[in-house]
Amino acid sequence: MLNSTVTELSDALAARKISSVELTRLFLDRIKGLNGRLNAFITVDEERSLAQARVADERRSGGRAGRLTGIPVAHKDIFCTRGIRTTCGSKMLATFKSPYDAHVIERFNAAGAVLLGKTNMDEFAMGSSNETSHFGPVRNPWDLDRVPGGSSGGSAAAVAARMAPAATGTDTGGSIRQPAALSGVSGLKPTYGVVSRYGMIAFASSLDQGGPLAKSAADLALLMNAMAGFDARDSTSLERPAEDYTRSLNDSLQGLRIGLPKEYFADGVDADVLARVSEAVRWFEGHGAKTVAITLPNTGLAVPVYYVIAPAEASSNLSRFDGVRYGHRAKEYTDLNDMYRRTRAEGFGAEVKRRILIGTYVLSHGYYDAYYLQAQKVRRLIAKDFTEAFARCDLIMGPTSPSTAFALGAKTDDPVQMYLNDIFTIPAPLAGLPGLSIPCGFDAKGLPVGLQIMGNYFAEAKMLGAAHRYQQATDWHLRAPKEAQL
Amino acid sequence: MAWEIVVGIETHAQLLTHSKIFSGASTAFGAEPNTQACAVDIALPGVLPVLNAQAVELAVRLGIAVGGKISRKSIFARKNYFYPDLPKGYQISQYEIPVVQGGSLKIVLPEGEKTIRLTRAHLEEDAGKSLHEDFQGMTGIDLNRAGTPLLEIVTEPDMRGAKEAVAYARALHSLVRWIGICDGNMQEGSFRCDANVSVRKVGSNELGTRCEIKNLNSFLFMEQAIVFEASRQIEVLESGGKIQQETRLFDTEIGETRAMRSKEDAQDYRYFPDPDLLPLVISEKEINRIGSELPEGPESVRKRFVDEYHFSMEMAFVLTLDRVRAEHFDAFWKQLLELTANVDPIARVQAANFAMMEIGAAMGRLGIAVEEILPDRLAVLIARVLDNTISHRIAKEVFSAMLAGEGAPDEIIEKRGLKQISDSGAIGKIVDEVLAANAKQVEDYRSGKEKAFNSLVGQVMKRSQGKANPAQVNEILRRKLKAT
Amino acid sequence: MFLTPAQLHRIALLARIAVSPEEARAVTDRLNQVLGLIDQLQAVDTRGIEPMSHPLDTQQAVQQRLRADAVTEPDLRAEIQALAPAVEQGLYLVPKVIE
Repeated sequence: MLNSTVTELSDALAARKISSVELTRLFLDRIKGLNGRLNAFITVDEERSLAQARVADERRSGGRAGRLTGIPVAHKDIFCTRGIRTTCGSKMLATFKSPYDAHVIERFNAAGAVLLGKTNMDEFAMGSSNETSHFGPVRNPWDLDRVPGGSSGGSAAAVAARMAPAATGTDTGGSIRQPAALSGVSGLKPTYGVVSRYGMIAFASSLDQGGPLAKSAADLALLMNAMAGFDARDSTSLERPAEDYTRSLNDSLQGLRIGLPKEYFADGVDADVLARVSEAVRWFEGHGAKTVAITLPNTGLAVPVYYVIAPAEASSNLSRFDGVRYGHRAKEYTDLNDMYRRTRAEGFGAEVKRRILIGTYVLSHGYYDAYYLQAQKVRRLIAKDFTEAFARCDLIMGPTSPSTAFALGAKTDDPVQMYLNDIFTIPAPLAGLPGLSIPCGFDAKGLPVGLQIMGNYFAEAKMLGAAHRYQQATDWHLRAPKEAQL
Repeated sequence: MAWEIVVGIETHAQLLTHSKIFSGASTAFGAEPNTQACAVDIALPGVLPVLNAQAVELAVRLGIAVGGKISRKSIFARKNYFYPDLPKGYQISQYEIPVVQGGSLKIVLPEGEKTIRLTRAHLEEDAGKSLHEDFQGMTGIDLNRAGTPLLEIVTEPDMRGAKEAVAYARALHSLVRWIGICDGNMQEGSFRCDANVSVRKVGSNELGTRCEIKNLNSFLFMEQAIVFEASRQIEVLESGGKIQQETRLFDTEIGETRAMRSKEDAQDYRYFPDPDLLPLVISEKEINRIGSELPEGPESVRKRFVDEYHFSMEMAFVLTLDRVRAEHFDAFWKQLLELTANVDPIARVQAANFAMMEIGAAMGRLGIAVEEILPDRLAVLIARVLDNTISHRIAKEVFSAMLAGEGAPDEIIEKRGLKQISDSGAIGKIVDEVLAANAKQVEDYRSGKEKAFNSLVGQVMKRSQGKANPAQVNEILRRKLKAT
Repeated sequence: MFLTPAQLHRIALLARIAVSPEEARAVTDRLNQVLGLIDQLQAVDTRGIEPMSHPLDTQQAVQQRLRADAVTEPDLRAEIQALAPAVEQGLYLVPKVIE
C-alpha cells in the first residue's frame, strides 16, 4: 500500500479493499517510524487526521465519495490550516494557529482528502536545500547525509520515503521541481494564477504558485483537479473554466515537438544528469516525438533577475511580522523600534534576513531604477525567449537541476553557489509558465535525476500527458529508497 | 519687506462604502475596538486584497465633478514603513499613476471667485488608530479603521494664506458631500486635511521650503495652524535661519505647531507596484455612466443662481454649501416664479432673501431639516408677501405655524384671520382711534419730534394685530395728522 | 554597486532588523556576494522594454477584478486576538508611541 500511487489507492478505497482510517493509520505509523531521522514533518496531529479519515469513510458509505476522498495528503507548512499550527518553517510563526484555511486546503477538504500533517520547508520558502528551516534540515531519503532540495523539501522527502502518497508544495524559483528532482518524485508548478494564493504565506507574490508532488504524473493530474480553480479572494487568480487535468494522459506523442534549449545542455551540468536527461529525450524521440534545437538566450540572467525581484517582494511581504498582532515578539526591548528590530532579528533566520535586506536595498531610494525596474525589464526579455521558443515547439525538456542532491552543509557558506543551482527552475516562474519534474534515472551514486518538462501557458494537461506516457514505459518514478538505509 | 504665504492642501476623504477597500469588513464608525478588523485588515499571513468596486466608483465621481482626467489604467503601489497602526508594514496606495489627474475647484472669496488647481486624487487605504491613553505604560492599537477607503485629494500650492486655504477646504468639504462620496464628518475623522505651508517674499516666483502640518480636524484649527506656522517661518527667516522641511503637528491646546517625533527618521518608502493587485482599468463607458448619474455640481448651481436668478454671489454661495438645501431652494424658486410672474424681479429677490434667512433660522434654532419645509408651500407664503396679502412680519408667524404643522399658508392666513387690511376706511378708523387715545404723541409730532410718528405707527399696527398694510398706515396717518 | 557597513546600517534600520556590530562585517560581505551576482543586470540593454510586473501580461489583458461593496466578514476578534502577544480591552498593546 505504501508504494501505491494515489490513483491505485483511490481505486482500493472505492473497491472497499481498505478504509481511509486504515490507510491514514498506515501512513501515520510510517511517519512515526521515520520522521525522527528524516524530519520531513513539522506537525502531525494523529487524532485530527483520523477524525477526518472517519468522515471520509462515512462519506464513502453515503455514496458521495470523489477520487480523493479518504486519500491522506501532506501539506507544506506554508498553507494556512485552521486548527493545526502553520509555521512556514520559521521561529516567527512557531506557535501560529491560523484562524482560517487556505483555498488549497479548502479544496482538499471539499474533496474529502485527509490532512496527514504539515511538512518541513525552508524558512518562508527561501532556500533550495531545506537547511534554512527553524525546525532543522530535512534529510534526503536516498542518502541521509544529503539535502532533499527545497524549499518544499519536506513534501518531496515525505513522498519519496512513502510517508505520504502525495503532498502539496509551492514553487517560487523551483521549490516544487528542484526537491522533486533531488528526491526522486514527480512535481508540478502550474501556470501563475491557476492555483489560488489565498492562505499560502507569501514569499514573492508575482512568482509564488502552489502545486502537487506525488509519485506519478497521473497522480499530479488528479491532485491538480482538486487544487486548481478560480478564487475571488486572490486578485491574481484566473477566471477560467474548470479543467480536467487527466484529459490528455493518454494522448499520443506522435508529432510532439520537443524543444531542447542549448543553454540547458551546457557546461556546468553534471555528466550523469546530462546522460539521464538525454536518454529520456531519446525515449520520447523513439515514441513519435521530434526534437527541435532551441535557444533561451537570457537564461543566464534569470538568477540575477530573480534575486532582485523575489527579495524585493519578500522584504515587503514579510514586514507584517512585527510582533504586534501574532507571532514572535522579543522579550526585552527599550522602545517600539527596538521591539521591532529585536523581534525580527530573533524571529527570522539568517537567509530570510539576508533576503529582506537585499530586497530593502534594491527598492530603496536611488537604487529602484537600477535594480528593481531593470530586473522587471530583463524579466520581460526572459519571458520573450519562451514566447519565441514555443512558436517552434510544444514542450521544452532539460534537466531540472544541474546536479543531483548535494551534501548537507555543502553550499551553506556560499549563498551565490546555492542560488545558481536553481538556474533551470527560475526561468519558468519569471515568465509565469508551468513546469514539472519527473524522475528519469539515477547518477553513479544512486541519487535520482529529474527531467524537467516546461510547457506554454495552461499546457499542464499536455505536459502531464507526455510525462504519463514516459512513466507508463519506465519505472523510475516507482523506485523507492532502500528501506535499510532509512 | 512683505511676505507671501503659500499653501497647498492634502485631504483624506473617507469614501462612503459599506465595506473596506480591500476586505469585506464593515466601515461603520464607533464599533468596539478591533471588532471590524478582519483577517485581511490585520494582515494575517496568507491573506490578499481584492478591490471594492464602490470605492472606485466614488473616486471617479469626484474626478468628473472637478473636471479631472480619469486614468483609464491606474496602478496600486506599496508604500513601505513600519508603524503599529499599519498592519502589513506597507500601505496600499496609488503612487505613479493615480485614478484622477488634474481638475480644479472654485472657491468664493470676498473679492470674488478663485480657481484652485488640483494635482491628483488617488485611492488608498486608511491606517488604524493608536490610542495613547496609558495601558500599562503602552499604546493601544485599534485596527477597525485600517483598510477604510480613502481618496487623497492633493492641490497645487495655489492658496495664499489661511483664509484661502479654509475657503478651499470648505468648498471641497461641500463638494464631497454634494456628490455623496464622503460624509464630511470631521470629528470622526472622515474628512482630514493636512496643509503644506511655506512663505516667500512678495514678488518671488520660487517656492520656499515647506512644512506639512497634520491634525487639522476643524476649519478653525486649520486657520489657526496656518497663521501660526507662517509667522513661525517668517520669524525663522527674518532672524537669518533656514526652514527645515518636516512634518509638524498642530497642538490644539496651545495653538502651535511642533515637529513630529515619529517622523524624525528620513523616510524611504520604497514604493513599488503591489504584485497582489492588477492594474485598475476603467472603461470610457463606465466613466460616461458615472458622469451621467452625477447631480449638477455646486459651481454650476451657484452660477445659475447668480446669472439666471439674479441672487447675490454671497447668497448663492450660502445656498450651495449643501446640495439638499440648494435643490430645495431651487424648487422653491421655480415655484415662486410661476406664482409671481408679474412681480418686480428686485422685490422677488428680496423676498427670496427673506425666505433664505427664515429657513436658515428655522434650521439653526429649531433643528428642522430643510426637507420638512415643503418648497411649494413656502413659495405660496412668499407669493402672499409679494401680493400684499400679508406683511413680512405676518409671514414669519405663518411660517412658524407651517413648521408647527398647521397646514398650507393660505389655510393658516384664513383660519387665523391674518389677511392684511388694505381697506383705507378700516385703517382710517383705527388711525382715528389711535390719534384720539394719544394726544401727547400727536402734540410731540406736531412740535417736530419725528420719533413720535413711529410710535403712532406702532400703535396702529398693534391695534390691527399687525394686519394693516404698513405703507397705507403711513400714508393715512400723515394725512390725518396734517389735516387735524 | 557595493554595500558599505554604513549603508547596511541604514538598510537594517529601514527593514527593522537588528544587526549587531559583531555580525555587521559578515552580513555585509554576504550581501556583497549577492549584489555581485545581481549587478550583471546593469550590463543588459533594456531600452524600449516595458517592465514586467505581472507574469501573465504577455498573454492577456491583466486587469483588477472588483468586489461588490458588501460586508461579508464577521467579528472574529476573540479568535484573532488569541494569537496576539499583548492585548488589553480589545486593543493590541505596543511600546509607547510618541508622535
